[in-house]
Amino acid sequence: MAIIETQDLTYTYSGAAKPSITDVSMRIEQGEFTLITGPSGCGKTTLCRCFNGLIPHFYQGELKGKILTNGLNVAEHPTHELAKHVGLVFQNPENQLFALSVEKDVAFGLENLGVPRQEMRRRVDEAMKITETYDLRDRPPHELSGGQQQRVAIASVLAMQPEVIVLDEPTSFLDPLSAKKIFEVIYNLNRTMAITVILVEHRLDLTAKYASHIIVMNEGKVALDGNPHEVLRSQDALLIGIGVPKATRLFELLSMDGVNLSGTIPLSSEEMTTMLKEVLTHR
Amino acid sequence: MIETKDLHFTYPNGVEALRGLTVTIRDGEFVAIMGQNGAGKTTLVKHFNGLLKPTRGQVLVDTLDVTKTSIAKLSRNVGFVFQNPDHQLFSETVEEEISFALRNFGFNEDVVENRVTWALNLLSLTQYRKTSPFVLSGGERKRVALASVLAWDPKTLILDEPTIGQDYQQKEKLRQFIMQMETQEKTVIIVSHDVEFVAECNPRVILMQAGETIADGEARRILSDPGTLAEASVIPPQIAQIFIELGGQLPKLNLPKQTIDLYEAREKIRKILAGKT
Repeated sequence: MAIIETQDLTYTYSGAAKPSITDVSMRIEQGEFTLITGPSGCGKTTLCRCFNGLIPHFYQGELKGKILTNGLNVAEHPTHELAKHVGLVFQNPENQLFALSVEKDVAFGLENLGVPRQEMRRRVDEAMKITETYDLRDRPPHELSGGQQQRVAIASVLAMQPEVIVLDEPTSFLDPLSAKKIFEVIYNLNRTMAITVILVEHRLDLTAKYASHIIVMNEGKVALDGNPHEVLRSQDALLIGIGVPKATRLFELLSMDGVNLSGTIPLSSEEMTTMLKEVLTHR
Repeated sequence: MIETKDLHFTYPNGVEALRGLTVTIRDGEFVAIMGQNGAGKTTLVKHFNGLLKPTRGQVLVDTLDVTKTSIAKLSRNVGFVFQNPDHQLFSETVEEEISFALRNFGFNEDVVENRVTWALNLLSLTQYRKTSPFVLSGGERKRVALASVLAWDPKTLILDEPTIGQDYQQKEKLRQFIMQMETQEKTVIIVSHDVEFVAECNPRVILMQAGETIADGEARRILSDPGTLAEASVIPPQIAQIFIELGGQLPKLNLPKQTIDLYEAREKIRKILAGKT
């Protein structure tokens, strides 16, 4: 079943001369890890705002077409109801955290929903353990490092037990090692808890290997949609100008040179290393 | 030239952000400062235009001691683009934003007009000339902040995380622009977590950890040394990872270790395959 689906979706922000997204029809199946990428201003963030109802409920503008989240028509359901299904993690955790302790931040959404105390305790603890923020529970979020803050932001979304988590460039403020840790936390949520992940990213070198589905947007439209191994090797991907991982590019260049590399196209350095080792050993 | 000598800086809350840092950046150099969140990277570069003053030690910018020189005077020569553009933007339109500093520095109106048009064009912002910066996307606001500094043509340019929110094409433009600055003998200092971008630019890399430098040298050397990088929470770029890994698994091939560039990697692998088959 599609957990998120849009049908001929066009959205124009109030006062804007032209639509930010045009005739977008796409499906995201339950349990997928979907990467949404494309040049800046292509409509990625606008599309994500539709999934949990920020569009049309919070932003003023003109909406045509339909958004279905978990079968619910987003236009007909309030954001607090949709928040139970779709959690959003922003680029900069500073914009998301505000409580005096990590634990209170993680509990905030549940308090608002009026979840019983015992249940709240259980869900908050679980969310903190999964994101490895349990030991930080009494610390004020603003004193934590960027990576720790972003894990707290993910914990507070996780405590709501949404079916879908949407993350909009969640690691761009983080050092590479902290970024890697965040992506691994997200990947584990997807694999072990079957949470559907939608990740908006430019940096495919870091993320393509986790994805089972990729949507490339360009000028407000879906330009490419499919399996990352196929989409990222297409000439269209290079023409649109997305950052195809270096391992994938190296594979393409060597294939053009007539080097016979076997297997599916690599998305990570690990996959490319294995392939090259094969060729270099059996030459 | 920018020189720090035994630079210490402690924030009012007691956090010791810099612990005796000595570094020299010559005119016309392109330097990337990398390292863990909280290593002191931004604190360091804020000393270069006098936004912060040393707690102990010395910072000299073109032989001027920053503690004895006004920010106004320093900033004419050292342009600073913040990590978060919202800390920098305040005007009603993109055009006003870019012309603000130019007018402050007392340029003629026709020079202001020329520089604004030039900067808008350079950063693909011409269509937003009359738009409010605040309705633009994060990546676009970042470019407005950059344009407003480039417009006054400072001798040294400091860019704090310039690639955040930028797509591949914008990054490529930024890279070409920095190369152009190099040919004009301008000094460019970036603070960046973006290893792939830094690998493509191949600048001098200063690696910081806990308020000190732990490595300083050519990108190809620093970014292909996983041990030192790990101390600074940095991961090698993909091409370097492939060569490090292959070098470890196939020691007899004598693979060149310091490889971080895609096209260089292609040539080296081709050569090995051609030479031995």
